[in-house]
Formats: sequence, structure tokens, C-alpha cells
Amino acid sequence: MQMQSRYGYTWRLATLLFMSWLLTGCGINNIPTYDEQVKAAWGQVENQYQRRADLIPNLVETVKGYAQQERETLTAVVEARAKATSIQVDARTLDDPQQLQQFQQAQDQLTGALSRLMVVVERYPELKSNQNFLALQSQLEGTENRIAVARRDFIAAVERYNTEIRTFPGRIWHSVLYSDMPVRESFEATAKDAERAPQVKF
Amino acid sequence: MMNARHLFLASLLCLCSLAVQAQEISIPPLSGRVVDSAGLLDASTEARLTQMLAAHEQATGEQVVVVTLPNLQGRTIEEFGVELGRRWGIGQKGKDNGALLIVARDERKIRIEVGYGLEERLTDLQSALIINRIIVPALRQGDFARGISEGTAAIIQVLGGNPVREPREETGDMPEKPMPVLFFVLLVIVMLLLRGGRGGRGGGGSAFLAGALLGSLGRGGGGGGFGGGGGSFGGGGASGDW
Repeated sequence: MQMQSRYGYTWRLATLLFMSWLLTGCGINNIPTYDEQVKAAWGQVENQYQRRADLIPNLVETVKGYAQQERETLTAVVEARAKATSIQVDARTLDDPQQLQQFQQAQDQLTGALSRLMVVVERYPELKSNQNFLALQSQLEGTENRIAVARRDFIAAVERYNTEIRTFPGRIWHSVLYSDMPVRESFEATAKDAERAPQVKF
Repeated sequence: MMNARHLFLASLLCLCSLAVQAQEISIPPLSGRVVDSAGLLDASTEARLTQMLAAHEQATGEQVVVVTLPNLQGRTIEEFGVELGRRWGIGQKGKDNGALLIVARDERKIRIEVGYGLEERLTDLQSALIINRIIVPALRQGDFARGISEGTAAIIQVLGGNPVREPREETGDMPEKPMPVLFFVLLVIVMLLLRGGRGGRGGGGSAFLAGALLGSLGRGGGGGGFGGGGGSFGGGGASGDW
């Protein structure tokens, strides 16, 4: 009698272990894993936008020295930067679609202002041959491209996470275990060239 | 009834995933350290570049790959660059110390794509300088072999800690590496062995040893069985056109 119950206990434990192993195989961890990846991708987006914001003061100073007439364009950049950096973003922004949209709009405006500045700058050959400016220009181009890559990665990560929640078998895990994790909002490419780096020629 | 609908849905899903795959760009296979799919380089240049890049990887573990493409399949060279680097996995996993030099023939675009781990040394500015001061002038003259060779040499020079300076510097020379020293030491050993062999018996043995030594040296530069190490890219680098 006692033997039997001990066997039963071992069997139950073995079955439990086997089941849990089976479950990890069929994606019980996918939703939290993908969610972490979304957050990591979002962190990268934030970093790259921050990197761009950090470049701007220097850039504006350098351009000012050569192209004082372009006060209007410069002011637009400075204002757009101030607006973009005034929006506090962190991982919680992801849970707030409205804030996410605000953030995106502000950054898009900054992108626009910056690309106008880079077009205007074409008229100043002296500035264009300035060493400091060349350095800033290549950094800005590189950063715009990094932003594009980070955004693409973020969009892809959100897509994968949302697909997991909406499709079988993730859908079941979501309703059973992870019902507190919502379908996430992503960026939408509002401006036509929002994801393109401004093309600046030397 | 239910079953039929499920089957239909399942097949629809399969179709969708196929469609998604079809949208992806097709990238050439990673056939070596120099992937000349646009046919811009002659065999000797290709061999020389391969050797230079293999030596660099041996010394530092950093992977640099040169790619020429016939066209960009409607993408920007920036998109294409990240895709190539990631799918090939250039650079070591975790260190992400890979870089690509990409030349797109039809679009006349050049890009230096830099892995996360090399962005500190091969900065955007350095990449832009290499492209605009070294590669573009040669390509404008139609000299692909020179532009690509000098550009690659400059990348390796910059990775070795010697940035490109403003007044154009000679870029042909490579950074200091243990390779030449190693070669010299081996040469001395081989000479000694050969001299010893001439004296008497065992000549065949020493010649064999010499062959093996030289052979192993050559293999380092051969690039046979080259593969990416799983490195990743985040869009660092610079682009240009000619």
C-alpha cells in the first residue's frame, strides 16, 4: 500500500517535470521573452534618439559661425530639439500609446528641421570644408541611420510579440497566464521619408 | 466542416509566411572574405585582399569582409549593409567586431558598415574619410581594384589605431602586426633546416618540414572555409557615392 503511494508520488513528479519540459518546448515562455526583446529594442531607439539630441548643440554652434543668416532654420532645430527632449520617455512609455505617439511626432519634427538645416548648409562652401562640421555631419548621418535601424528592430520586435499573442498557441498562453500583458503599440511611418537618413552629399 | 476551415486557415498562414519571405532581399552567399558578386576585382587583387583580411583576423579576431554587389534590389545601401552583416554574422558573437566594405555597382554607392564593437575605433567620421578621400577618387577613375584595396587597407589601418588624418596620408602601409616578425622567424628556421639538410642525410625530412611550415603559413591567408562568427550590426558607419 505504502509502496504504491510512493510510486504514485514519483510518477506524478516525473510527469510534472516532463510536462513542464514539454511546455517550454511549445512556447509557454515566448510571450515574456518577446516582451523583453521589445523593451530592449525600445531602449536602443531611445539611446539613438538621445545620441542625436546630444549632437545638435555642437552642430548648431558650428553652423552659426558660418551661416548667421540662417537664424530661422537654426531656431527651428533648437526648438524642435527642446520639444523632443522635454518628453520624458522610459520603458513605461511603451504602455502609453498616446505618449508614444507624442514622442514620435516630436522626433519626426526634429528630423524634418535637421534635414532642412542640412539642405541650407549646402550654400556655404566654407562651412562644408570645416573640419569640425564634417565630423558632426558624418556623425549625424550615422546616427540617423542608427535610428532607422533601431526603429526597424523595434517594429519587428513588437510585431513578433503581438503575433505571438494573437495566434495559436501563444493565444492560449496569453489568456491563461499572461492576460496582464497587452498587445503593444508600435511606430508607424507617418512621414514618407521618416525612416530614411537625410541624404547629405559632400 | 470545422476541419476544412482549419485546413484552409493553416494553408493561408503558410502562404502568408511565404509571401513575407519573398519580400526579403536575396543576399549572395558568404563565399570568402572577398565576395565579388559584381565582378569588379581581378583574381590577384582578390587574393591579396583575402590574405590581408585573414592576417588581420588572425592578429585581432576582427572580421572585415569586402562585398561588391551588382545592384541593391531597390533598397538603400544602409538597409542592405545591416542585412548583410547580420545575416552573415560578421564578427565574433558578443563582441560584434565585424565590418563590411560594400560597393554597389549599378547605384554607384559605397558603404562602410561597422559592427557595434568597432564603432569606437572605426567611427562614422573615419568611415566617411576613408570613403570620400580614398575610395571615391579611385572609383571616379574607374579603378575598382585600387579603390577597394586602398580602402580596405585604410580600414585595417584605422582598426589598428592609426586614424586617417586630414591632410591625406599615404595609406598603403599596414599597421604593425606580429605577422612579418613571425614570417621572418619561420624563414630563418627554414633556411637553417635547409642548410642542415644539404650537409648530409635527412634532407628529405627537413624539406618536408619546411614545406609544412610554409604551407601552414599560407593556409592562414587562404580564407578557406571562412564563416561569420555571429556578430551583429546597428547601422554604424558611413555611405558615399561616386
